[in-house]
Amino acid sequence: MKKIVVLAKQVPDTANVTGDAMKPDGTVNRAALPAIFNPEDLNALEMGLSIGEKLGFEVHVVTMGPPKAVEILKHSLYMGADNVWLISDRRFAAADTLATSYVLAEAVKKLGDVQLVLAGRQAIDGDTAQVGPQVAEKIDFNQVTYVTELKEVDVDHVVLERDGETRSETIRTGFPVLLTVTAEANTPRFPNAARMLQFFRAGLESDFDEESLKIARENGWVVPTWTLDDMGLDPERCGLSGSPTKVHKIKSITLKGTDLQLFNRDKTGIQEMVRNIVKDYVEVER
Amino acid sequence: MKTAVFVEKNPLTNRLRDVSMELAWKAHSLMNEHKGEVVGLFVGDRLPEDTEKLFQYGIDRLVQFTNPKLGHLHSIAFKHVLKAMIETEGPDFVLFGATHTGRDVAPLVASAMKTGLTADCTQLYVDDFKDSGKILYQVRPAFGGNILATIVTPEHRPIMSTVREGVMRLPEQGLDRKPDITTFKAKVQPEWIRSKFLSTVAKASPVNFQTASTIVSGGAGVGSRENFKLIFDLAHALGAEVGASRAAVDFGFVDKERQIGQTGSVVRPKLYIACGISGSVQHRAGMEDSAKIVAINTDPDAPIFGIAHMGIVGDMKEVIPTMIKYLKEEAE
Repeated sequence: MKKIVVLAKQVPDTANVTGDAMKPDGTVNRAALPAIFNPEDLNALEMGLSIGEKLGFEVHVVTMGPPKAVEILKHSLYMGADNVWLISDRRFAAADTLATSYVLAEAVKKLGDVQLVLAGRQAIDGDTAQVGPQVAEKIDFNQVTYVTELKEVDVDHVVLERDGETRSETIRTGFPVLLTVTAEANTPRFPNAARMLQFFRAGLESDFDEESLKIARENGWVVPTWTLDDMGLDPERCGLSGSPTKVHKIKSITLKGTDLQLFNRDKTGIQEMVRNIVKDYVEVER
Repeated sequence: MKTAVFVEKNPLTNRLRDVSMELAWKAHSLMNEHKGEVVGLFVGDRLPEDTEKLFQYGIDRLVQFTNPKLGHLHSIAFKHVLKAMIETEGPDFVLFGATHTGRDVAPLVASAMKTGLTADCTQLYVDDFKDSGKILYQVRPAFGGNILATIVTPEHRPIMSTVREGVMRLPEQGLDRKPDITTFKAKVQPEWIRSKFLSTVAKASPVNFQTASTIVSGGAGVGSRENFKLIFDLAHALGAEVGASRAAVDFGFVDKERQIGQTGSVVRPKLYIACGISGSVQHRAGMEDSAKIVAINTDPDAPIFGIAHMGIVGDMKEVIPTMIKYLKEEAE
C-alpha cells in the first residue's frame, strides 16, 4: 500500500522556559523542561492524515529520539496514524542535521513505497528547518518548503500554497514529494476518544512484562523500535561521528545592564516619560 | 582563503535583497582580515538590476548562471548549479541568507556535499582551530534563544552558514569598485524541474520595520486581540510601526508578519516601545540593538527592564491611553 510518512520530533517546550531550565554552569537542564510534540509537526501530521483519508494511503509517523519520545507516537496514534516507528539508539545521540537526515532518509527507504513525506517547517528547539530538505535530498524527492495551505489533492499530484516571503506561490507537484508545513496550514485535530481508549496502553516492548507483551502484541500496542543495527546503518554517518558541525562552546545569555530610568505609573509619571520620549524622538528625527 | 556568498534578489522588484549585501560586506570584512577573496554566486532567470551594488559592498567577483527556467525556486536545479559552482570555486566558507529561499536551498547543497550547515548565525569570525587551520566560528542562539552556541565545522569544507536579514550591518558607504562578472556554464536538466508554479501573488505586507524609526510592540501581557488595538493607537500617535512578540502572535492577537525576535524580524529602530512584553531571549534577539528601549510591564522583575532605558511598572491598558493623551498635548 502506498505510504505517507510524517517526520516528527519530541522537543523541550522552549516557549515556556522557567528558572530551573538552566543549570548553574549555563547548560540546559532538559529534565526540567516539559517535552512536547513539536508544534509544526502536528500540522504536518494533520496534513498527512487528511491526504491519507482522501487517497487511501497509509500514514506512518517516524521519530528519532530517546525511548521517552514514544509519547508523541502514542499521540499520533490517538490522532489517527496507522503506524508509528521509534528510531532509537545511543549511537544516534548528538546528531546534527546531516546525521539526523541520513537516519530518517534510511527509515523512509526501509518503509518502502513512500509517495509523500511531511515534516514541520522547523523544530522549536533547534529552529534550523534543515532536516526536512536534507531528507528530501537523500531520497531524491522533490520538495516544497514553507507550505501554508493544501489546496488540492489527487492520486498523482498536490497543489500547495507556499510562503515565498515576498510573495505567496501556488505550486503543483507530482509524487514523490517532501513538504515542510507551517502552523498556518491547518488546525491539528484533537485526539480521537475511541483511539485513545484503543491505544492508551501502547508502549515500547520494554514497557511490557512477558505475560502482558503477548496481549499487547495482539492489540497492536507495541510501538516498534528500530536501532542502528536493525536498519543496517553506517555508524560513521550517525550521531556525533556523522555530524560535521560540533558545538564548540555554549553560554547562557545574560542581560546587558542599562541605566534604567523608571517612572511612576500615575499621570505625572506617564507625562514625564512621554516628555522624555518626545525629546529623544525629536532629537533623533532632527 | 575564499568566501562565497549566495546572492538573492526579490523577484517582485528584480533588485538585490538586503541580506545579500549584508553578507557580502561581512564576507569582505572577514576576507580582508585574512587576505582572502569574496565570490558571489547567483542563480536565477536574470541578474538583478542593481547588481553593481554587490561590488560596492565587497564582492570581488560574481559568478552567475541565468536561465529563463529559473525564475522560480526550483530547489533541485538550484542545488545542482550551486554545488557545481562551489566545486569549481572551492571556497572555504559559503554564506546564505536565512530567507525562505536560502533556507530551502542551503540544506540541499550541504546534504549533497556532505558538509556542515549552521542556521541563523548572529556572529561569524575566522580563527585557528586545533589542527584544522583557520575555520569559521559560527555563533547562534539555540534552544529557543535561551543560550548562545558557538558551532564549528572543523573537518569539512566548505563550512556553510545561514544568516538572517538585518543581523549583519551595512557600512555607511561602500567601496568604489567595478563589476567583475563571469558566466558559469551549466545545462538545466529536465529532471531538475519538478514543480509547476501556477501563480504567484505579491504579499500585501503592510509592515516595514527597516525604515521605521519607531516601533511599538505588544506581547502576551496585552491580553487580547481587542486590547492590541491600543498598541496600534499608540503607534499611530507616534507615527510608528507595530511589532509583536512571538507569544502575541501565537495567541492570535496580531499577524505573524509583525513578529519580532529570533523567529521573526530583527529590528534596530531609534525608539522601541515594548508593551506587555516580558523580554524573553527569543524576543530580545530581535530588538536589543534598538537605540532607545521603553518598557511597560506589570512585572518589575521582567527581563525587558534589564535592557530598557525607560520604563513604567504598570498595566499597559492603563498606561497607554494616558500616554496617547500626553503625546497629543506635546504635539500641540
